[in-house]
Amino acid sequence: MRHIISILLENEAGALSRVAGLFSARGYNIESLTVAPTEDPSLSRMTVVTRGSDEIIEQITKQLNKLIDVVKLQDLTEGAHIEREMLLIKVKAVDGAREELMRLTDIFRGSIIDVTGQTFTIELTGTSEKLDAFIEAVDDKLILETVRSGVTGIARGERALRL
Amino acid sequence: MELTGAEIVVRFLKDEGVKYVFGYPGGAVLHIYDALYKQQDVEHILVRHEQGATHAADGYARATGKPGVALVTSGPGATNAVTGIATAYMDSIPLVVLTGQVPTHLIGNDAFQEVDSVGITRPCVKHNFLVKDVRDLAMILKKAFYIATTGRPGPVVVDIPKDVTAAKADYKYPKQIALRSYRPVTKGHIGQIKRALKLMMAAERPMIYTGGGVILGGGSGSLTELTRLLGFPITNTLMGLGAYPGTDKQFLGMLGMHGTYEANMAMHHCDVLIAIGARFDDRVTGNVEKFCSKAKIIHIDIDPSSISKNVRVDIPIVGNVDNVLKEMLRIIKEKNLKPRREALKAWWAQIEEWRATDCLKYQQSDEVIKPQYVLEQLYKVTRGNAFVTSDVGQHQMWAAQFYKFDKPHRWINSGGLGTMGFGLPAAMGAQFAHPRSTVVCVTGEGSIQMCIQELSTCLQYGLPIKIVNLNNRYLGMVRQWQEFFYQGRYAMSYMDALPDFVRLAESYGHVGMRIEKPAEVVPALKEAMKMKDRLVFMDFITDQTENVYPMIPAGAGLNEMILV
Repeated sequence: MRHIISILLENEAGALSRVAGLFSARGYNIESLTVAPTEDPSLSRMTVVTRGSDEIIEQITKQLNKLIDVVKLQDLTEGAHIEREMLLIKVKAVDGAREELMRLTDIFRGSIIDVTGQTFTIELTGTSEKLDAFIEAVDDKLILETVRSGVTGIARGERALRL
Repeated sequence: MELTGAEIVVRFLKDEGVKYVFGYPGGAVLHIYDALYKQQDVEHILVRHEQGATHAADGYARATGKPGVALVTSGPGATNAVTGIATAYMDSIPLVVLTGQVPTHLIGNDAFQEVDSVGITRPCVKHNFLVKDVRDLAMILKKAFYIATTGRPGPVVVDIPKDVTAAKADYKYPKQIALRSYRPVTKGHIGQIKRALKLMMAAERPMIYTGGGVILGGGSGSLTELTRLLGFPITNTLMGLGAYPGTDKQFLGMLGMHGTYEANMAMHHCDVLIAIGARFDDRVTGNVEKFCSKAKIIHIDIDPSSISKNVRVDIPIVGNVDNVLKEMLRIIKEKNLKPRREALKAWWAQIEEWRATDCLKYQQSDEVIKPQYVLEQLYKVTRGNAFVTSDVGQHQMWAAQFYKFDKPHRWINSGGLGTMGFGLPAAMGAQFAHPRSTVVCVTGEGSIQMCIQELSTCLQYGLPIKIVNLNNRYLGMVRQWQEFFYQGRYAMSYMDALPDFVRLAESYGHVGMRIEKPAEVVPALKEAMKMKDRLVFMDFITDQTENVYPMIPAGAGLNEMILV
C-alpha cells in the first residue's frame, strides 16, 4: 500500500538527514520526499511517500515518532485527503506538435510557462497519477526534460496537522 | 556568571552530579582539559584508547543506573568512540559522549582531525547535537542528559567545536527542561493493564519473559513481587539476568539460543506470554514463525516501536515497566485476583520434567579444565556477590548460564551489539562505581586482546579487577559454528602466537596466574579474591573443543534445541 506521511519536525540542521537516514538504515523505501519551513519558522513540514504492508507502515510511523526532532506526524492516507505534485516538463515543440501539445496541456489544465521557437515548458499540478498520465500522453521523442516536486498533501475537512 | 565554554562544560557536569568522566585528551578538547585541571569536583579518568572510554562509561552506567560520561577529541577520538557508542545504543544504556570538534569556521574544510561526528554517530545514538553557539551550550548539555536518561535510555553525543569552548557566555545551571517533540510515556494505559490481568488470571500455562528494560526501568523489585504473588514461571534474557533472583525456584534460567531447555520449552508451550522490557530479539525468538505459536502475548515496554516489531502481540502496554507492574500489583491486591492454582500445578509438573533433563550438565575431567567448571566455581568462591562483566563469545554464554545473579546491575555484557573488547573497560567503570565490591571480568584470549591496553589504566587508578581469562586458544564461538555448520573448516579461528598472559599482566604491573589443572582452579580463584587491592589476571588454560549447549540453531524454533 502507498502511504503519504506528513511530518512536522524541528527546523534544525540535520533533521532531514535523521529522517532520510532512518529510512535507509531500516530498509524502508521512499518514493518521494518534500520539505520546507512552515508559517512557524521553527518547524518544517515534510511529506514522505512510502510503500509497505500495514506492519511496516506501523513501524515507520513509530520509528519516526521516536526521532527527537519529529514533533508530530500524520498518515494522510488514513483519512480523506488531497495530494498535489507539480511537474515542469520541457518538450520539443515544432510544426504540428505545437498545436497538439497546447491542446494536451489544456485538457490536463496545465499551462505553458515558457516558449521558444523550438520548445515549450509546461507546468502541471495534480496527483502523481495525473502527472504520470500526462507524461504518458506526450510523445516520448518530444520530451527534453522533466522535473517533479514530489508529493505534498493535506487532510480534508477539519483534520489538521498542527501543534 | 560569565564562563568560557570549556568552564561551562566542567561546571555543568558538576552541577549535574557527574562524578567521573572517562576520556582521552587531544587538540580540539584542550580548553576542556584545562578547565578540568583547574578543579577537583569532577574526576577525569584517563583511558588508553577512546573505545575504552565509552565502554568504561557504559560499565559505570550499567553498574549504577546513572548516566556514564565520556570525553574524546575530534576526528580519530570520535571514530574510536563509535564502537562504544553503538554498544550502548543496542543495549539502551544512558551515556553522554562529549566529542571535540574543529573550530566552527573550519567545519567542512577537511581540517586536521576533522570528521563529521554528528553524521557518523547519527545511526547509533538516541540523539546528537552540534553546539554552534556557546550561549546554547548549557541547555544542550541539559537536553543531552535528559534524553539519555529518560524514556528508553540511550547514548547522546554532544559535538563541541574548539572555538565554542573558548568563547564566553553567562552560565546558569538549567534546572527545568521541556522538549515539545520528546515526551516519554510513563504510566501504562489502565484499560490495557486490566485486559492483561484478565488474561493472566485465566492462563493455564503462563510464562513471564523479561529483558534489560526491567533493570533499566528499575522494575526489579515489583517484578519479583508480582512473579512470586502469581506463582508463574519466569525467564530472563541475556540482558535481563538479575532482574529476578537467579537462585529462585520460579526462575527457569536464561532463554534463547543458548538458554535452558526448560525456559525455551516453557516459552514454546505457554498459553499466555507476559513479555516485560524485552524486545523479541532474533537470538531469543529463533524462528519467529514458530515462536510461542500457542500463546496470547502481553508486551509491556516503554518504547512503542519495540511492540509488534518482530512478533505481533495481543495486548501492548506502553509505559515505564515499574509503574505498570506496580499498577498491576495494586489491582490484584485491591480486587483480590487469583491465578488458576490447579492449572498452574499441572504446568509446573510439566516444567519440572523439562528441568530434570539438567541441560547445563557437562563432563567434568581431571586432566583438562572445563570452562563451565571455572564459572561454576567462580560463582561459589564469590558467593554470587560479584559484579561480573564479560566479553563476547562462548565465555559470555557460560557466564550467563553458570553465574546466578540475584540482583540487578551485576551482570554487565554487550548483548545487542556483541562487542569483543567490552569486558575489561566495562569492569573499570563498574569498579569505579563500586570501589569496595568484587568486580570480575570474564573473558577469552580473543576478546581480552581487543582492549588489553586498559590494563595500564587499571594500574594508574589501582583498580583491583579480577580477570578470568578462559584461554582455549580458539575464537571459541566461531570455532563452534565452524564445527557445526562448516564441517570443521576452522578458518582463522585458531589464535596462534598468543602472548604469555602472566608476563603480560606482570609487565603492566599486575599479578598474573596461569592455571592448567582442574585441581588448581578453586585455590587460584580463592587466592586471587584475597588480593583485594591488586588486579589479578587468571589465565585458565581450558578444553579447546568444548561447546556451548544447549543450542538452538539459527532459524529453528525454541522447541528444536540441540542438547549435549
